[in-house]
Amino acid sequence: MTGENAAECVMLEERVFSVTKRFLAMYKKANAGHIGSSLSCAEILVFLKFAWMNDDDTVVLSKGHAAAALYSLLAEAKLLSDSQIDSYYEEGTELPALPPFNAIREIPFATGSLGHGLSVSAGMALGARLNGQDRRFFCVTSDGELDEGSVWEAALFIAHHQLKNVIWLVDRNHIQGIGRTEDVLTLEPLDAKLRAFGYHVVAVDGHDFASLLAARDECTRVLRAQPGAPVAIIANTVKGNGVSYMQDTVESHYLPMSDAQYEQALEEVTRAHAAAVNGLRNAG
Amino acid sequence: MVSLFEQRKDLVFVTGDLGYLALEAIARAFGDRFVNAGVAEQNAVSLAAGLARAGHLPWVYSAAVFTVLRPYEQIRNDVCLHKLPVKLVGNGGGYAYGIMGATHHALEDVGAMRVLPNMKVFVPLVAADVAQVVSKMAEDPLPNYLRLGVSAVIPGEIPAFAAWRKLKPGRSAVVIGMGPVLQGLYDSDEDLLDELEIWSVGTLPLEGIPPELAASIKQKRRVITIEEHYLAGGLGEALSYAFLKCGAVPDSLDCLCAAGYPSGRYGSQRFHQEESGLHGPSLVTRLEKAIRG
Repeated sequence: MTGENAAECVMLEERVFSVTKRFLAMYKKANAGHIGSSLSCAEILVFLKFAWMNDDDTVVLSKGHAAAALYSLLAEAKLLSDSQIDSYYEEGTELPALPPFNAIREIPFATGSLGHGLSVSAGMALGARLNGQDRRFFCVTSDGELDEGSVWEAALFIAHHQLKNVIWLVDRNHIQGIGRTEDVLTLEPLDAKLRAFGYHVVAVDGHDFASLLAARDECTRVLRAQPGAPVAIIANTVKGNGVSYMQDTVESHYLPMSDAQYEQALEEVTRAHAAAVNGLRNAG
Repeated sequence: MVSLFEQRKDLVFVTGDLGYLALEAIARAFGDRFVNAGVAEQNAVSLAAGLARAGHLPWVYSAAVFTVLRPYEQIRNDVCLHKLPVKLVGNGGGYAYGIMGATHHALEDVGAMRVLPNMKVFVPLVAADVAQVVSKMAEDPLPNYLRLGVSAVIPGEIPAFAAWRKLKPGRSAVVIGMGPVLQGLYDSDEDLLDELEIWSVGTLPLEGIPPELAASIKQKRRVITIEEHYLAGGLGEALSYAFLKCGAVPDSLDCLCAAGYPSGRYGSQRFHQEESGLHGPSLVTRLEKAIRG
């Protein structure tokens, strides 16, 4: 790893630590679930916002259940205020458990009913192309969401129309509503499926910023090449990542934290963050 | 559509792979703004929502039943909740697909659309209405659904398209209908037609009851509604509430509507209309009963 890369990774580790602490506090205050969903995609969202996206780009969180991670990310980028964050889950809030419609400029569509995000991203991307705009749409889907047929309709459309301004990221944590993806409806070989649809597929560790940055660079090369192809990143992740009692469990989709569990989560996340940063500083 | 496109360039036409010998001129005129989204209506509607979010005016075309029912949640969430100007166009409202059979008939499309927030339904009556409706839809910043069918041919001068149109006066009863199914009244006998004051509804949700119509209902006391749509969610139900709300409550209300497939057999649009009592002798019988009753 170059010194430059290590420095960028340290910056991203600091960001994701801040984002994670914020959404853990939000979940605790609200006594709410879906914590595992947010822990699964925290690094993905931070990586997109702080290492890839330009001001004109948009993230579409098709897996709307991780809305707290998105809200926290937007707060981290100073696009949501502290008082908006404080209102999460409160009566009369603009920030419900899943993303709202027409309330937050950076959230173009209310998501959470699964299988919509890739299609609306395709529409906005085609719209930008027709407008002659150089705008990109980063669509984060879950893996359980891939059961929805509409995802594959969108995948066909994006590949056929070479909408290279849609960048598709699959949060591949192997857990869906009430079971493991491979036990419910087999998705593997997912990379081969996406390739067969016409995508350039990059599989990475979705919690490791060095891997994510390498995926970004590979995707950028592919997207610039002619004829190139639209890109999909399979981000291999762990549901409830970083919190031992949540990791890789269906329960982490649903259960809120007790006081003791919240303290434990903070401790573990803090310890992991310190280790990650130390490791990067030594490597850099 | 082609002439509208000449006036404004923000239109995008999205078809769900239908429109053989119908959309070729649009495809030529629209160029890269004509998109065949394939047989994938869910994606087509969400795609259109995204296009609208990017500042375009998308029109989504398919058979009525495929435009409305296959992508219903996409219409609800991505279009209606967000108040985006997506223009849904469904060809073959009612039994218009005839012998194609039940999977191609749209008998609940209007009801399904009129319960959605921010959605306005347009139902043309005669061929001249369609261009007027398309212009109105292009000007409306909200979601719309256009129910197309085989246009009625109605004698005499028809007023320009409007939410409410009085088509003719009559002696005994008020008939209120939606769309080309009104043709059946004009195809019945002349004496019967003389008894009927006929009104056409062009848009839903209903824009109140016109004072002239309310007065007529209070005077004649008998109302017949006619629509090529199931009773549930249709014009008759909408009018029932509107009558109560405005205090123009008739003594009798006969809602003539699609009966589905009572014989379990299939035929032309006319066959199904006759089975439902919406055309021909079965319609005459029901009208006479309603008027006498």
